[in-house]
Amino acid sequence: MTATPTPLERHEQEIPRFPMPRAAQCPFDPPPALREQQRQAPLTRVRLWDGSTPWLVTRYAEQRALLADPRVSADISRPGYPASAPSSGKNSVGFILMDDPEHARLRRMVTAPFAVRRVETLRPAVQKIVDDQIDTMLAGPRPADLVQRFALPVPSLVICELLGVPYDDHAFFQANSGTIVNREVSEPERTAALAALTRYLDDLLGDKLARPTDDLLSGLAARVTRGELSRPEAARMGVLLLIAGHETTANMIALGTLALLRHPDQLARLREARDPRVIAGAVEELLRYLHITHNGRRRTALEDIEIAGYRIRAGEGLILANDIANRDPRAFPDDPDRLDIRRDARHHVAFGFGVHQCLGQPLARLELQIVYGTLYRRVPTLRLATDLDAIAFKHDASVYGVHELPVTW
Amino acid sequence: MNVYLDQDKCVASGQCVLAAPGIFDQREEDGIAVLLDPAPPAGRARDLHDAEDLCPALAIRVDDAQGTPATGDRPA
Repeated sequence: MTATPTPLERHEQEIPRFPMPRAAQCPFDPPPALREQQRQAPLTRVRLWDGSTPWLVTRYAEQRALLADPRVSADISRPGYPASAPSSGKNSVGFILMDDPEHARLRRMVTAPFAVRRVETLRPAVQKIVDDQIDTMLAGPRPADLVQRFALPVPSLVICELLGVPYDDHAFFQANSGTIVNREVSEPERTAALAALTRYLDDLLGDKLARPTDDLLSGLAARVTRGELSRPEAARMGVLLLIAGHETTANMIALGTLALLRHPDQLARLREARDPRVIAGAVEELLRYLHITHNGRRRTALEDIEIAGYRIRAGEGLILANDIANRDPRAFPDDPDRLDIRRDARHHVAFGFGVHQCLGQPLARLELQIVYGTLYRRVPTLRLATDLDAIAFKHDASVYGVHELPVTW
Repeated sequence: MNVYLDQDKCVASGQCVLAAPGIFDQREEDGIAVLLDPAPPAGRARDLHDAEDLCPALAIRVDDAQGTPATGDRPA
């Protein structure tokens, strides 16, 4: 026997679940349901795994306004925070999930190495890493998995050099990072992976305290010695930078290559470009179009906030879905669902917005400019070695991409 | 044109340096933005408005008016 639902129950049932699935044949596009939410209203409600119903913010202008609003908290330990998994609050990996002034204190300790001009001095070293990895791949068997042979090694080598982490340990840290960003692993597995990486970084800090070298971890060790930073804080920061430094860029390299192979006109235009500004523009457009962080930025309102005719109450959760904001026709009026490397896409929110905007973005830009500007020129016959249907996408990860990308040339 | 930068708000994203090189730079010790030219020529208007729009911390404000800044609740 079924009772007729009351209006309230019916309303409750209509609230869509989040996250939402992508369409099977559109691996580069945000979920169709997100598009529908964006069309309906600037703010809607979604239901999470725990039954909570935070606000979903899908439009570009409202998203930027809220991400830059000091009345909006990124503190994962706050009641009402829309957590992506059970007890993920215990797994905070440092300042990205904290508020000012504590967030600013910690962030400012690692901003200097990521300043635009400092990062630019790494260009020759990154170019050499990219060239060496291409040489190695070309000397190896065909077809090759671009993820394992190129997309993952390049940013791993770069962040290892910057931090002072031995690249020989890459199998260990790549596996643990993969577990931490996988949104379907069990909580004990994630906790164990985070603990293993934290122990590893703590050991490295011990080495740097004893024998400092010219790298970012030695800089953090010096701050520990001076009493500016506790050793656990320094280790957590190292974990954060190591994960963020290779997972994201690796996925942009592999997914970006797949997107370009599926858009041969855009690939040809990129390959033939002689002006570095064209390549830089292509990087921004691929960041906008692909948007690999597809989990939504999570926040909590500290006070009542009026926006776009809605009132967000203090304590309510917010999910700011950057992937769909980057396809908002109000912000990208010329067919936002089309990949067009000539578009001025610099105002995308792929790196977020507000005080938490990605710290490593100058490094990510540098790496992607060199990769996209080198790989397709040096390997002009690069092509997929499988059907699109056979490619496994990372629907299960907080950083979207492909698990493998079989290519040949 | 008059440009205002609030270094206390700055989060060292470097967007201003990319958008308007020569007008903004970053401090060596912590990457916080530095305003090199608070009254740049009108020819840089596009770059400056890009810098204002791209700054994630809303730390930059650009005033197109010539001469001294208007009084009132302007940021420092």
